[in-house]
Amino acid sequence: MTEAPTPLWEVFVRSRNGLAHKHAGSVHAADAQMALQAARDVYTRRGEGLSVWVVPSNAITASDPADREMLFEPTGSKIYRHPTFYEVPDEVGHM
Amino acid sequence: MYTQALNTKETVTAAEDPAREARFQARIDAEDRIEPNDWMPEAYRRTLVRQISQHAHSEIIGMQPEGNWITRAPSLRRKAALLAKVQDEGGHGLYLYAAAETLGVSREEVTDQLLSGRAKYSSIFNYPTLTWADIGTIGWLVDGAAIMNQIPLCRCSYGPYARAMIRICREESFHQRQGYEIMVTLANGTPEQKEMAQDALNRWWWPSLMMFGPPDTASQHSDKSMQWKIKRFSNDELRQKFIDATVPQARHIGLTMPDPDMRFNEATGHWEHGPIDWEEFKRVIAGGGPCNRQRLTHRNKVHAEGAWVREAALAFAEKERARTQQKAA
Amino acid sequence: MSVTTTSIAVDETPLVLHLLRRADDALILGHRLSEWTGNAPTLEEDLALANIALDLIGQSRALFDYAGSLCGLDEDQLAYRRDARQYRNLLITEQLNGDFACTIARQFLYSAFIDPYWREAMSSSDATIAAIAAKAEKETAYHLRHASEWLIRLGDGTGESHRRAQAGLEELWPFTGEFFEVDAPDQSLIDAGTIPDPAELHDGWSSRINTILARATLTRPKDSWMQTGGRTGRHSEHLGHILAELQYLQRSHPGAKW
Repeated sequence: MTEAPTPLWEVFVRSRNGLAHKHAGSVHAADAQMALQAARDVYTRRGEGLSVWVVPSNAITASDPADREMLFEPTGSKIYRHPTFYEVPDEVGHM
Repeated sequence: MYTQALNTKETVTAAEDPAREARFQARIDAEDRIEPNDWMPEAYRRTLVRQISQHAHSEIIGMQPEGNWITRAPSLRRKAALLAKVQDEGGHGLYLYAAAETLGVSREEVTDQLLSGRAKYSSIFNYPTLTWADIGTIGWLVDGAAIMNQIPLCRCSYGPYARAMIRICREESFHQRQGYEIMVTLANGTPEQKEMAQDALNRWWWPSLMMFGPPDTASQHSDKSMQWKIKRFSNDELRQKFIDATVPQARHIGLTMPDPDMRFNEATGHWEHGPIDWEEFKRVIAGGGPCNRQRLTHRNKVHAEGAWVREAALAFAEKERARTQQKAA
Repeated sequence: MSVTTTSIAVDETPLVLHLLRRADDALILGHRLSEWTGNAPTLEEDLALANIALDLIGQSRALFDYAGSLCGLDEDQLAYRRDARQYRNLLITEQLNGDFACTIARQFLYSAFIDPYWREAMSSSDATIAAIAAKAEKETAYHLRHASEWLIRLGDGTGESHRRAQAGLEELWPFTGEFFEVDAPDQSLIDAGTIPDPAELHDGWSSRINTILARATLTRPKDSWMQTGGRTGRHSEHLGHILAELQYLQRSHPGAKW
């Protein structure tokens, strides 16, 4: 018989000060404190981290892959949002 | 580590939706990665679940033969390295179970499959570790073979699996070196140590070659895995790469491969090996290896003994939740 | 053919003796924890216990290294070629792992002592000890956190986990008196400011124990007679078996390199 599941947590690790936390993987733990300890013991064994976040996996709301075109493609044509869209005389130098 | 899961035949079901499947294949052909919420053919999902979970089981079962020597490691330096390595195997099992979970199977479910004997794991771990030289040989050969298998998996079409493999390959880079270093030390040591090294090589060489799975001529299935870019090289290609890399390493330290037919083919630039005993391979996979029962019995015992701890942690979490709610009310 | 022993004798000055005591504590407890690898209740805990074991083995190596530099031996000679009667570890460290609750109770009781010990030792008049202590303290602080959190969960988890945790505490309590023992060689080091006085750590240890046991809904065992002997090499029966495994390769291949 399959036993009662222990909740799944997503682990985010900040590798250096100044960088954002980045998804590292997942752990199973019964509560947040145990999840934090497990995350430390599993994902920072080689000096990978200075800070760890754990988030219950079921607390994450993700966009639907079927919506990808609707959500993300329209921005592709807004090239005027990028600095290279504009021309500045060479003599002016870096701007 | 070990991709023997690809060597079981997948029943190919009728295409669920040919147009969708064609779009899916086009993404794969374009080297796009498939992510957990993306649509995927059921057979792709099943193949991955099976391969990833069996890969994970191999890591977990693989902790036993090496763990067998942690308390007997012959120096403090070796003890720390071996402990760290076996710990890594556990970590790798954990990463892989997590990758399988993104496909909708819980760790509890796949653990059940392992414990009940329904799931397979790499046949190599059904052999016993008899001397310290076995620890060197496992690191050198078994991890060496695993690396050959795993590096292409870092580019596997399924994102979570590929990412887990990248992490695993990075962490495992020390495993093979620590194994070979043990072999070098033994080979340069006393006559008894050198004999120990040769004996271990004799016992592990053929099972290591079997890790890559049956020869391409006998392999029924992996076309689909190749097409889906789960697998990128054939069994024989990987086996040959492994042999070509390993034979010179053995010769360098004065050890001999236990294969009278082994010879270098000047024309092809490859080392050619004698016949592999595929009957032994099939027998070990089917349960007839020296340690199959022992490994599974041990895993079941550990799991059963830990049940009250996992229950306690859940019970405490439940109590804490109730206490917090009470306070809030 | 003459048969000679592979055992070595160590010239135990007070400082060497004390370093061996701490090194042996760390090695033997690390060894015991390493027995959990692949056998823990969860995969996450397999990794956690191995981390602690690795920290402790690392501490023992630093301490053996320093002791060895004072008596002309290396870490492996000290670890692999002293007999049980020459081992100086606390008896609690060599006790059987028992179930997970027993292991956690042992780790908790020991860490609650050794973490403040290392914190004090950071201001040792001996610079090497101070440096070893600074590194060790960060590690043992986490060991204490880890063991405390588990003890709280086992104590306040299910009826079974509570019973097991209480049994583990009762089993190990008689070994805690040894933490605070001071003999003449240690006293000379305390007087010189080389090591902390364990007697001064007792109150802090005791109140830490009370705090965590209260949260764990566990009962503090009664103080009665306390086990002793580890510091002078009078061990429990378990140490001989540990050393038989630990030392067997070095002993059966004298002079070989590994």
